Amino acid sequence: MPEYQTHDYDVLVIGAGGAGLRAAIEASANGVRVGVVTKSLLGKAHTVMAEGGIAAVMANVDERDNWKVHFADTMRGGQYLNNWRMAELHAKEAPDRVRELEAWGALFDRTQDGRILQRNFGGHRYPRLAHVGDRTGLEMIRTLQDHGIHRGIEVHMESTVLSLLKDDGRISGAFGYERERGRFLLFRARAVVLATGGIGRAYKITSNSWEYTGDGHALAYDAGASLMDMEFVQFHPTGMVWPPSVRGILVTEGVRGEGGVLKNNQGRRFMFDDIPENYRSQTADNEDEGWRYTQGDRNARRPPELLTRDHVARCIVREVREGRGSAHDGVFLDIAWIKDRIPNSAAHIKRKLPSMYHQFKQLADIDITEEPMEVGPTTHYMMGGVRVDPDTQMSDVPGLFAAGECAAGLHGANRLGGNSLSDLLVFGKRAGEYAAEFAKENGTPAVDSDEISAKAQQALAPFERTGENPYQVQHDLQETMQKLVGIVRSEEEMQQALITLRELEHRATKVAVPGNREYNSAWHTALDLRNLLTVSQIITRAAILRKESRGAHFREDYPWKDDATGRCNILVRRNAAGEMQVMQEPLPELPSELKQIIEDMK
Amino acid sequence: MPSATFRIWRGNGDGGDFRDYTIDVSPGMVVLDAVHRIQAEQANDLAVRWNCKAGKCGSCSAEINGNPRLMCMTRLSSLPLEAPVTIEPMKAFPLIKDLVTDVSWNYRVKPNIKPFKPRPPDAADGTWRIAESDVDRVQEFRKCIECYLCQDVCHVLREHNLHNQFVGPRFLVYAAALEMHPLDIENRAPELRREHGIGFCNITKCCTKVCPEGITITDNAIIPLKERVVDQYFDPLRKLFRIFGK
Ligand SMILES: Cc1cc2nc3c(=O)[nH]c(=O)nc-3n(C[C@H](O)[C@H](O)[C@H](O)COP(=O)(O)OP(=O)(O)OC[C@H]3O[C@@H](n4cnc5c(N)ncnc54)[C@H](O)[C@@H]3O)c2cc1C
Ligand code: SF4
Ligand code: SF4
Ligand code: FES
Repeated sequence: MPEYQTHDYDVLVIGAGGAGLRAAIEASANGVRVGVVTKSLLGKAHTVMAEGGIAAVMANVDERDNWKVHFADTMRGGQYLNNWRMAELHAKEAPDRVRELEAWGALFDRTQDGRILQRNFGGHRYPRLAHVGDRTGLEMIRTLQDHGIHRGIEVHMESTVLSLLKDDGRISGAFGYERERGRFLLFRARAVVLATGGIGRAYKITSNSWEYTGDGHALAYDAGASLMDMEFVQFHPTGMVWPPSVRGILVTEGVRGEGGVLKNNQGRRFMFDDIPENYRSQTADNEDEGWRYTQGDRNARRPPELLTRDHVARCIVREVREGRGSAHDGVFLDIAWIKDRIPNSAAHIKRKLPSMYHQFKQLADIDITEEPMEVGPTTHYMMGGVRVDPDTQMSDVPGLFAAGECAAGLHGANRLGGNSLSDLLVFGKRAGEYAAEFAKENGTPAVDSDEISAKAQQALAPFERTGENPYQVQHDLQETMQKLVGIVRSEEEMQQALITLRELEHRATKVAVPGNREYNSAWHTALDLRNLLTVSQIITRAAILRKESRGAHFREDYPWKDDATGRCNILVRRNAAGEMQVMQEPLPELPSELKQIIEDMK
Repeated sequence: MPSATFRIWRGNGDGGDFRDYTIDVSPGMVVLDAVHRIQAEQANDLAVRWNCKAGKCGSCSAEINGNPRLMCMTRLSSLPLEAPVTIEPMKAFPLIKDLVTDVSWNYRVKPNIKPFKPRPPDAADGTWRIAESDVDRVQEFRKCIECYLCQDVCHVLREHNLHNQFVGPRFLVYAAALEMHPLDIENRAPELRREHGIGFCNITKCCTKVCPEGITITDNAIIPLKERVVDQYFDPLRKLFRIFGK
């Protein structure tokens, strides 16, 4: 029988990004024993890469801003599929969470009078994003990390959870392994918080790292929790496209917030050509007005480049498909042009967008203060995830909580930029608080050692086989999702994807890895495959069921919105027989005060 | 497609050797891409750390042709490809496997530095007012991505192995970020002098040279900290006060 080490916690947090760290800090503040598991080293989670900022109504730059506007913006951006209660809590609580970060040592850029500066971002009516140049995520994760290490939280770095454990219907812990020696780990816990981030590695072109294999989504699904909104994958409009090795790396929306414009190969600002009806009254209709908006003119409306991400991404796809793209199938993003408008533009750009400047200089030999960048859509964010109670973040499985990117609800059909970092703080805190409460109210569950041995045996199987290499299967899976379940979808292609995914599933059960259990990347890749396959199938099945186009989900065969479908979320869960069930569920009824807010802000 | 050869360290704490891998290379490739290609095609179990592939997370530190660098930010076009490119793990830390070292020491050191302690809020609503210029002064230190390349080159750690007596440049930068934080009121000079061993640094500036974030570690962080320590401990007047105070 394979050996394993056992650790006992009241609350086990899986993930050390913004959501996981905030949850762990809160749980520990509530006086329970907390353990954190993370696939990478501390401080390296995806949150570190976030650039643009944290959306929170502090009204430091524009006093007209208030929680109602943020609520309405989030709901409009999500095409009203958002969970209204989460959108409300988020808009109301985000400012306190940002101020708390400052009290823990984060240093944001400042206004003239010394308060936290806020910047414009797509879909937000007023300047709202607290930021630090274009490295806000680094400031956030480091602040949480440095605060967290003094709270008595135990961190298991470079350790991966393979499955969740249950006792009599409720969560009882998790089973996994550490990378260094490949030893197995058993975590016994009264409550578990999933904060595992996204699924971007299911696609070939992505801004996401190797960690984003949809583990939390798949773990929750396997444990019997419902997933929601899984058809909504955000493709960020601006990823790098050239050279090939950097394809997909993110170019922050901050570039457009600072005045960057999108042009096709004829030099035309094509975003002016297609402004959706529900945004028309808020969008500039000429270049001058758009520029004034980015420079803080409060009477100007925002330029069409700052429309929601789903829309901008589709416009770029259209330009490329119709032959107006750049040499490498992208379009041009130009910030250098602002030299016509302001003196010392090069210094200004370097100060406002330092990491973008270096990224292009070092990786593409492009000086963004002089030349336009070539950009195109890249897989960026998963709106869908574990369905949770909006107040407590608990899933359908008692004792299992979820927060951050792996949870669903706040963003609906499309996430606004900046609403993720605030999501992590608001709901990370809530998850930590309620998980601690759950742990205090419920006793220690039992763990079945036979079940654990079986899981360990299964994990070791790739060493005993001879067969295909796991990287090949992962590569083919990414190609499949990119080609068949990408930005523009159709029934036929997605049915084809399901067939291919079944073949890949079969191949995945046969992959073999060389070497031993010590820090063996092939083994790690083989073990991640299952999760990638599970989430890919879930995304595809949900996308097939949504026979309309809304937010990030666009169907060539149903290019319009359908009101009836638009009143439902799509849920995916496993039935008693272990089969995947995909179903529509009506949206919860919106209280009339909130309905009124939405109407007033239209 | 042109090809290039990479001479990669393979092994663990018990020993190992360099192995050559020849692969096709394409325009714009960085060293990390080459390592990934080798991993996918020829050495499936090759151990390497990475996350962001954009110089933001500080995971992919290694020594490339002897120079401490981030693999994701080192373009092949910046290296001579006629001869094999050597890729080795960092030397100041124990080896786990191949390109992966045990950097856990860094995570044990950090909590020993006194945490952030802000002055009372400036405004009734519990917030502070800070001038942008005061923020700008410390932002340099806060850019640190914890790649530990500076730790790797510092001779106090690399050659003299004084990990128990010296926190290394990364944590001097960290201490500087806290000491110069516009809101912080803690005093870290006593520990800097004793437990953190700032005196071991003899200002060779090797750390500054390798920092991928361009932090001027020695001039902007370490020297001002040394001055603080000197002010508190060796200022003759103060010393007198301390003697009489006893
Ligand atoms: C380049 C980029 C820029 C972005 N910019 C912004 C921005 O400006 N504003 C904004 O609001 N959002 C932005 N986002 C989105 C935002 O950064 C992410 O959605 C957010 O950081 C996710 O945080 P999280 O805490 O949910 O997960 P993460 O930070 O990704 O953390 C996930 C954690 O879970 C761990 N984990 C995963 N699986 C397992 C497992 N099986 N076992 C153990 N541990 C596991 C990982 O190791 C990691 O520690 C950006 C994203 C990217 C990629
Ligand atoms: S300047 Fe000091 S800290 Fe930096 S490498 Fe030299 S001795 Fe080490
Ligand atoms: S100071 Fe520079 S070299 Fe040292 S860890 Fe930080 S980023 Fe790396
Ligand atoms: S992979 Fe993040 S710095 Fe290289």
